[in-house]
Amino acid sequence: MGAAAGAGKVFESQERSTKIIVTMGSENMKLTLKIWRQNNTNAKGRFETYTLDTVNEHMSFLEMLDVLNEQIISSKGEPVAFEHDCREGICGTCSLMINGYPHGPQQGTTTCQLHMRHFKSGDTITIEPWRSAAFPVVKDLVVNRDAFDRIIQAGGYVSVNTGQAQDGNAIAVEKEIANTAMDAATCIGCGACVAACPNASAMLFTAAKVSHLALLPQGEVESPQRAQRMIEQHDAEGFGRCTNITACEAECPKEISVEHIARLNREYLAASIGAVR
Amino acid sequence: MALQSNVPAGELSEKWTQYRSSMPLVAPNNKRQLEVIVVGTGLAGGAAAATLGELGYKVKVFTFHDSPRRAHSIAAQGGINAAKNYQNDGDSVYRLFYDTIKGGDYRSREANVHRLAEVSTNIIDQAVAQGVPFAREYGGLLANRSFGGVQVSRTFYARGQTGQQLLLGAYQSLSRQISLGNVQLFNRHEMVDVVIQDGKARGIIARNLLTGKIERHAAHAVVLGTGGYGNVFYLSTNAMNCNVSAAWNAVKRGAYMANPCFTQIHPTCIPVSGEYQSKLTLMSESLRNDGRVWAPKSKEDARLIREGKKTGRELREEERDYFLERRYPAFGNLVPRDVASRAAKVVCDEGHGVSPTGLAVYLDFADAIQRYGKSRASTLNEHNASEARIRELGTAVVAEKYGNLFEMYEKITGENPYVMPMKIYPAVHYTMGGLWVDYNLQTNIPGLFATGEANFSDHGANRLGASALMQGLADGYFVLPYTIGTFLANEIRTPKIDPNGSAFLEAEAQVNERISRLMSIQGNQSVESFHRRLGHYVWDYCGMSRSAEGLAKGRQLIRELRDEFYRDVFVPGRADEYNPELEKAMRVADFLELGELMMVDANNREESCGGHFREEYQTEDGEALRRDDEFAYVAAWEWNDTEPILHKEELVFENVELKTRSYK
Repeated sequence: MGAAAGAGKVFESQERSTKIIVTMGSENMKLTLKIWRQNNTNAKGRFETYTLDTVNEHMSFLEMLDVLNEQIISSKGEPVAFEHDCREGICGTCSLMINGYPHGPQQGTTTCQLHMRHFKSGDTITIEPWRSAAFPVVKDLVVNRDAFDRIIQAGGYVSVNTGQAQDGNAIAVEKEIANTAMDAATCIGCGACVAACPNASAMLFTAAKVSHLALLPQGEVESPQRAQRMIEQHDAEGFGRCTNITACEAECPKEISVEHIARLNREYLAASIGAVR
Repeated sequence: MALQSNVPAGELSEKWTQYRSSMPLVAPNNKRQLEVIVVGTGLAGGAAAATLGELGYKVKVFTFHDSPRRAHSIAAQGGINAAKNYQNDGDSVYRLFYDTIKGGDYRSREANVHRLAEVSTNIIDQAVAQGVPFAREYGGLLANRSFGGVQVSRTFYARGQTGQQLLLGAYQSLSRQISLGNVQLFNRHEMVDVVIQDGKARGIIARNLLTGKIERHAAHAVVLGTGGYGNVFYLSTNAMNCNVSAAWNAVKRGAYMANPCFTQIHPTCIPVSGEYQSKLTLMSESLRNDGRVWAPKSKEDARLIREGKKTGRELREEERDYFLERRYPAFGNLVPRDVASRAAKVVCDEGHGVSPTGLAVYLDFADAIQRYGKSRASTLNEHNASEARIRELGTAVVAEKYGNLFEMYEKITGENPYVMPMKIYPAVHYTMGGLWVDYNLQTNIPGLFATGEANFSDHGANRLGASALMQGLADGYFVLPYTIGTFLANEIRTPKIDPNGSAFLEAEAQVNERISRLMSIQGNQSVESFHRRLGHYVWDYCGMSRSAEGLAKGRQLIRELRDEFYRDVFVPGRADEYNPELEKAMRVADFLELGELMMVDANNREESCGGHFREEYQTEDGEALRRDDEFAYVAAWEWNDTEPILHKEELVFENVELKTRSYK
């Protein structure tokens, strides 16, 4: 099954009655994987080592793990639990610390978009879950990120009910400002910023939402209070303080800038001193 | 039971307004006593849950994801249609209605589609008010672009991430209702059955995915906003966890499945590269605004390209066949999806494909880069710009418009699409079929509603680009929250539903039985391997081209596969713990039944329309041959394991003339 894409191998395509030769021009890669296994939140975890020799450079990282799991299942073992869904870099479900980097070594890329052509045959790859007290491990590489939802519930919205809106073009918004708001709004809520931060701070996640809404006239009205409530929740969840290390920006798969943290700080300060906007 | 569409009387353009003003209402004090379960937190489910919460109902919302924000609506790229006519290019509610009916090849319900076009404008207003950062022009007003199958520019967008931004808008509204206590969120909970009590949907059975615990949840009504079933094909552009199970549970309890063979194959996806592949990736239809689709004219060139001895760039203009522009001059590269997909299949089947598998054509931006480069040079007063400079300027314009899509393409394929033309091939993307619903979005089971892709109602046999987001949000924000009142207004005297009633206990026992059956097989083949084989069968016999012979064979193969599945599947782990393999096994079990029903439906529909192409029914030049006299109906199927039972809803067209669809 998994090895069918090897050089020159014949397989039946998805199209009826077309037998075709696939020449990928690449040899199978041999990899050693050191993977964090943990049965549940309260169990003690440990690294386990696996070897794979049917990996193809065109596979995505998660497809490589699929191949591993098929191998484990075929020997009646327990597959490695990892979370994933859209596999096109937008849902924010996938995670993984790969060789110490959230979402792996490639910049601006989620794990699901990372392809094996960025690794070499013979490599040893270490795979761990996000590490943060606020993200408890569910099983193996899966963590619980409910804390992010609670931060949004604390104020990451505009208080408008369905049907209350005026015409979409009633308020003009400067193109550049809309673009900057979009840069912040592009956050996928994956948690890489927390995993990257030595303080396990979720300030980039929180700031992305505060900044996105503060920039737009529709969101500006509630902005200081929003910042205050979201930061209170952030702290209550057990995320650490931001000390301007900026590892979050470096590791964010959507390359969200720490400038948004500066904007969050302004909004927070405005709320603390009770400033009227 | 005869199918009642419950479309209100009156002029098409007045129906919804009049109906909304005269439908029964539930008073605020009664709303607080009425409970509604919403399953799914994408655009259709999330928007409905948020709006029902705002209206004062007591809402419980369920998602199998860890967060409501993960729903697959998030992956929609290109945009959302609305009849705003901001571009002053002749758009109107009627035109959006007409385009959608025609695009769907006259197999959707007029009144529903008109209502969709009417509320489309409210969606944009609502999203802007929520802070959705739509693309804007330099003057600060909202920008638009064009999509396939239409001749106006009515698509609103947020880069190539429109679905993400609209979903986050709905998620944020939902989060607000959760914080206000109006909505209770059950994340990592998968619906595994719907509970019918005295003929009405009164709750669901859910599996807590973290603990494996089976839970009973009661309510006065149940709404399914659980998406489509494209993953029956195994390979599709859907997220890995998209599934049919919630809808299929309803079907097993008596709900009808309408037009299940109407599936959309999207023309511009990154081609399959190997058997290990887990999913396919869409390249937004918006790319066809500027990209030109072509294949080599000569089979010899195609062969050399497949063997890596030549590249597409080396072919001269006269050696290329821009087959969409050639066959459909009026719409060119912007023909609807079904038409574009089939045309690509035809050239590849004839041996003109350009990837090693033979299953790919080019989507080329070289001309767009030239055109934009020259225009930009002229704006900058660089009248003697060199070729290289023009390329540089043009590339920058294309990057601004489609940069994130080009990046995604390069990450997956390792090729730079600014230099080498993209390779694309059709892939399963969306399902027009779904649970049969009436005008109120209620299934044939009272109290059970379906919204968004989970229902069948608005897209006929083919959905136009940028209309899925429109329908999800129309249903969720502006239709279901009102029409559900027609059912709930009669329930104000119904006390709180007891989740310990016999119907709940029976359903729970049946779920436990299903799970133990799967766990106890302990066979030798993985769930994934069964899913992959099912996908091959559905694609081969119920994909882009279908025939009576193939469909009969496909049905037989799926039957045999289902038997083998229950004999030889291996589900590791335990049922009472976090167990993704068990989740998958339950979903694949449902896909195995749905796949068979698709074959039955496709076999029954002896005509070609939209995405449903029967080889026996085509015109001389290979276009779809619709047979309105016999097949202008919705095929709503009652599940029966021996032979599904067909119920027909005749489609009545009072406002548009049934015509052969032409994009020539």
